[in-house]
Amino acid sequence: MIQEKTTPAIELINVSRRFLSPTGKSLTALRDFTMTVERGEFVAVVGPTGCGKSTTLNLVTGLASPSAGEVRVMGAPVKGIDPRIGFVFQSDALFPWRTVIENVMAGPLFRGKAKPEATAAAKDWLARVGLSRFEHHYPHQLSGGMRKRVALAQTFINGPEILLMDEPFSALDVQTRVLMHEELLRLWSQTKASVVFVTHDLEEAIALADKVYVLTAGPATVKSVYSIDLPRPRVVADIRYEQSFIDYSRTIWADLKEEVETSYARAAA
Amino acid sequence: MTDAAIDIRAGAFKPGTSDAEIEAAAAKAALHRRRTVMFWRVSILVAFLVLWEVAARMTWIDPFFYAMPSAIAQRLYEWTTEGTSEGPLWYHLYVTMEESVIGFVTGSVAGIIIGVALGRNRMAADIFSIYIKVINSIPRVVLAPIFIMILGLGLASKVALAFVMVFFVVFHNAFQGVREADRAMIANARILGASNWQLTRSVIVPSAMSWIFASLHVSFGFAIIGAIVGEFVGSRYGIGLLINIAKGSFDAAGMYAAIVIVMVVALGAEYLMTMVEDRLAKWRPQPLHETQ
Repeated sequence: MIQEKTTPAIELINVSRRFLSPTGKSLTALRDFTMTVERGEFVAVVGPTGCGKSTTLNLVTGLASPSAGEVRVMGAPVKGIDPRIGFVFQSDALFPWRTVIENVMAGPLFRGKAKPEATAAAKDWLARVGLSRFEHHYPHQLSGGMRKRVALAQTFINGPEILLMDEPFSALDVQTRVLMHEELLRLWSQTKASVVFVTHDLEEAIALADKVYVLTAGPATVKSVYSIDLPRPRVVADIRYEQSFIDYSRTIWADLKEEVETSYARAAA
Repeated sequence: MTDAAIDIRAGAFKPGTSDAEIEAAAAKAALHRRRTVMFWRVSILVAFLVLWEVAARMTWIDPFFYAMPSAIAQRLYEWTTEGTSEGPLWYHLYVTMEESVIGFVTGSVAGIIIGVALGRNRMAADIFSIYIKVINSIPRVVLAPIFIMILGLGLASKVALAFVMVFFVVFHNAFQGVREADRAMIANARILGASNWQLTRSVIVPSAMSWIFASLHVSFGFAIIGAIVGEFVGSRYGIGLLINIAKGSFDAAGMYAAIVIVMVVALGAEYLMTMVEDRLAKWRPQPLHETQ
């Protein structure tokens, strides 16, 4: 029992992932990638555009499998889609033909919960993200930020022990994004799930995470890992003006910049 | 086009005009526009009918072939009050509608089921796509004599023809709709815990629904074509038979009268379909204002 508690939430051990391009060429997205996420830890992954950040998440969900190496979730190898995992997408992945509450209920209903139970849970989660008044609206009637909050409720209602987020807020405007950061940290602090948050926005990564992984330009591998020792609870709107935050930003950016430039030069060539 | 109705031109209002005044002016402009559209729609129809009538009476066109609106109206009146030479009009209409509706329902249900099944199964799609392409290349109406030979002069042969007219249209759209389903949405449903069947039922099919509906709109018309062509080739009842008999007796007014009946029925069906679609698709963003 104690042994089980101490295994990390997620381990990627020397993982590689190759694709076949439509023309039949083999492309490498990840190479010798090693990462560990402890239970309850908030990890952010930053790297240049298109370097294979999202691939790491797909390996953890079981939607994709590694070409070499091992992916372990809660100490066991990944086989198929793990019900303990929640995923927040970059694009709008809500079901547009369902109302807000029907969207939030989807998870429990898919998992065989009775309808009254699912409805009650969905109402509770909508209240927590402040959308009780919009239960019967359709997604197209909501703003981008509200849709993201529905997506968070839809994911959190399943009580995930591992939360994977693929640039979830990149389509939002800056003010809304900061509000969503606060919202996410608040919800996360109540659940203490382990989080992997993929982003290209370094400040977002530092403001949210305990640990920041910097990836190399593709094929991605871990370049360096930084621990962020900023006290919690954090106020995301203000934290960016603190000296320690600025120091972290400067150090990590110096590191990331090289990779961004490599990636840019490669794309231009 | 639609913006014209609510366009508030710069300079049309002095500074200090209240919102209420602007709204009233916009409402008036919209009403005026609707009336103009309606006026022209009716005028063009009336002009067409008058021109036809006059041309036929003055024998600019031969009324023997082209009939004239008054003769067509009279024939419709006779058919509805006294019945046709082949019995009551309503029975013929009923037979044609029965054939069309059964063909339409069975054809679209089969099209949706097989379209979704093949859309979800790439292997099966690759295997069967060649056969579907081959069969699809047959002009459907040439099957009419075959169906009548096999299934006889009654209901079954017309239903079969309406079925094949409808099936391929619906099948193609259902298949395409399934293929176009958003990948992120599918991944989301699977991670939320959907089984394969749940995924098909509550994600794939609803997201293919707008494709499917687009095909249902045209395919009721196709079902009517199937039924009427079948009746041409061989039948004892139906609107197609009326047209055939009118042709045989050089009764131009009768042919046009039958066409008018089919037109009215097809328009009515289209209207019903739009109503059902609007009800089912209330989740879709509404256009800001209507043209009609």
